[in-house]
Amino acid sequence: MAGPTQTTAPALDPAAVAGAARGTLLRLATAGSVDDGKSTLVGRLLHDTKSVLSDQLAAVERVSRDRGLTAADLALLTDGLRAEREQGITIDVAYRYFATANRSFVLADCPGHVQYTRNTVTGSSTADVVVLLVDARKGVLEQTRRHLAVTALLRVPHVVVAVNKIDLVDFSQEVYERVNAEVQAVARDLGLEDAIAIPVSALDGDNIAERSERTPWYTGPSLLELLEALPPSDDPANESFRLPVQLVIRPQGAARDDAYRDYRGYAGQVASGVVRVGDEVVALPSGRRTTVVGIDLGERTLDEAFAPQSVTLRLADEIDISRGDVIASASDAPEPTQDIKAVVCWLGDAPLRPGQRLLLKHGSRTVQTAVRSLDGALDLDDLHTVPSEALSLNDIGLVTLRLAGPVPVENYSVSRRGGSFLLIDAHDGRTVAAGMVGATLPSSAPAPTRPEGDEEWDI
Amino acid sequence: MTATTNDLTAPTAATTAATATTSADDRRLTHLDALEAEAILVIREMAGELERPALLFSGGKDSVVMLHLATKAFWPAPIPFPVLHVDTGHNFPEVLAYRDETVERLGLRLVVASVQDYIDDGRLRERADGTRNPLQTLPLLDAINDNRFDGVFGGGRRDEEKARAKERIVSLRDEFGQWDPKNQRPELWNLFNPRHRPGEHVRVFPISNWTEVDIWRYIEREDIPLAPLYYAHEREVFHRDGMWLAVGPYSQPRDDEPVETRLVRYRTVGDMSCTGAVESPARTNADIVLEVAASTLTERGATRADDRISEAAMEDRKKEGYF
Ligand SMILES: Nc1nc2c(ncn2[C@@H]2O[C@H](COP(=O)(O)OP(=O)(O)OP(=O)(O)O)[C@@H](O)[C@H]2O)c(=O)[nH]1
Ligand SMILES: [Mg+2]
Repeated sequence: MAGPTQTTAPALDPAAVAGAARGTLLRLATAGSVDDGKSTLVGRLLHDTKSVLSDQLAAVERVSRDRGLTAADLALLTDGLRAEREQGITIDVAYRYFATANRSFVLADCPGHVQYTRNTVTGSSTADVVVLLVDARKGVLEQTRRHLAVTALLRVPHVVVAVNKIDLVDFSQEVYERVNAEVQAVARDLGLEDAIAIPVSALDGDNIAERSERTPWYTGPSLLELLEALPPSDDPANESFRLPVQLVIRPQGAARDDAYRDYRGYAGQVASGVVRVGDEVVALPSGRRTTVVGIDLGERTLDEAFAPQSVTLRLADEIDISRGDVIASASDAPEPTQDIKAVVCWLGDAPLRPGQRLLLKHGSRTVQTAVRSLDGALDLDDLHTVPSEALSLNDIGLVTLRLAGPVPVENYSVSRRGGSFLLIDAHDGRTVAAGMVGATLPSSAPAPTRPEGDEEWDI
Repeated sequence: MTATTNDLTAPTAATTAATATTSADDRRLTHLDALEAEAILVIREMAGELERPALLFSGGKDSVVMLHLATKAFWPAPIPFPVLHVDTGHNFPEVLAYRDETVERLGLRLVVASVQDYIDDGRLRERADGTRNPLQTLPLLDAINDNRFDGVFGGGRRDEEKARAKERIVSLRDEFGQWDPKNQRPELWNLFNPRHRPGEHVRVFPISNWTEVDIWRYIEREDIPLAPLYYAHEREVFHRDGMWLAVGPYSQPRDDEPVETRLVRYRTVGDMSCTGAVESPARTNADIVLEVAASTLTERGATRADDRISEAAMEDRKKEGYF
């Protein structure tokens, strides 16, 4: 097979189309408390990588001038809603794109305000890296802890701590180290081991695209250098093959070509792993086994497919498989179950209570579920689990669910795709929770590592 | 590879395009392949979840790419839903011809909602500035209601505009077709939830995460035929608001706007009265990829007069139910 670059005219200038099609994709989401500088940082990253087009910049400069600002407020590059501009805060995630010579990036600028936590969960659920901002003057705040907890639970592969507004603390190494130690203590309590920290000024651009001379004591990479160097996502070869069936494709008389009248294929995205022609697979939850005889991607036929390709599988036997089933490798298929324990981020306006009935969407299957019990909620002040009667908006809790039929869920720690689910209100269709199968919350109170000035530690 | 093919009935050369390397130690999708896989996931999932979806098809490049992705998503079965075009009555004739040929080639069912009909019978009134983009909302919403569509695929991209940058891939519209940007539904992982109450519907944007360069690289790679006005051609134009407008039935120069013949192409194809051409020698897809990558203006900034009216023009239109 020829790669895309070989089929194009030779005149392509690699620099001009930098990274746009060749580089791997890195999805970044921002996190951190309100006003800590998330939108400014995203704007600065876009600006300093020359990713802002002149009409966009002109529009931002015009609005900034109208407000009496002397410099362009780069947060306006992402805070695009009327209400956001009026209030000077981010309400919902803005997605922006840029590419360097090696990589293309999707930036999800998330809100910091507690009221919009569900939007921050939205932005970080697909992220490869979360950049958590902390105001150097303020240190860790409740939203910092909540976002770190969400990042840890979602198992976002990389976390970068940007200690921001370093210009407002005289570029002090001491302040940076104190704030960083505070963040790292919380991160460790949540099981996040390798959060890398950088002192930055989003406003002035220090250590964003280039290293700053104003922090000579900092010898690490700039944020952009760090992002470019982050290792790409896991190799699908190390994962078990799963494909949730979205559609059964049976054109019959409607086939676009008579040769495909008897075609029968199972369409879906490879959620994890690799599948090859000849592989033995099992359909779940039925447990029937068969062999892959063909893999199609549009008109093309492939020898193998891997995550996250969207393909269609042809199988040796006409077994009963329909939308919602999962095709898995026969050698290590998950066991379908009707009982699950999971951690949920509750995103509904009305509280979650034991006994409640909801819909659960896992892969392409939606089943009814009842909340058997609420087994605790995360206390964000000292990061341990406390008994709870109900989960309110933005709470994180542990639940036991009974499903109306068996579903081949996996542990979220093994597979983000196989272990994630939505809870949906059957009445109005709203998504009310993000669920992670088999996840746990810190059970005991961690060792007291809190800075002075905070309330008494209670054991 | 012939990029500027005018043979619109030629089959697409999807078979020649490669997607990914398959060596054991390098199973990573390129950016473009990851975008394709995501779009196909979304299209299939909505076909599975919704009862009566439709795909907005204007003949413009984004809707053409979306249609191409839908073709792949269901192959070798035909696309299992109709396409809907909101015809402003001010369309480029080349684009309408392209629309009809594509519908014919792919064996699609086309539903047309006509702004002209609404103006003729008084349900809509022509605007003072003569542009018809904002007038599309009512015919669109009526077509959705009349056909009982519960989901509509749109070719909107987040990089087009700052309000679009805020939109979910699957985005709820209330019974009046309104978007509430302050209260959007969470969208988690790759799990898409289009459930809604009767009377509501969803808009679905499978190519949300594509940029203009991605669109052109994909058109080039897949050799997707397009309407000819996307490629450099000579045209009689006049200069207004920093754009080149075509001389035509809906856009006449004023006395102080001299008509010139220039080598131009279109970056977007909307309402003729407010969509500008850009000066360009780009005749092939490869030329356009380079041109777009080097451009210092967004496609809307370069070509759309209606978006220059106010800072929040797009947001306001979208709240009312626009695409
Ligand atoms: N001095 C200084 N000010 C900063 C810096 N970064 C951000 N600010 C200012 O802090 C304020 C808030 O910045 P935003 O970027 O809007 O904060 P945010 O984190 O996006 O806020 P929300 O999205 O509403 O949570 C603005 O007035 C910024 O100009 C910095 O590095 N130094
Ligand atoms: Mg912000």
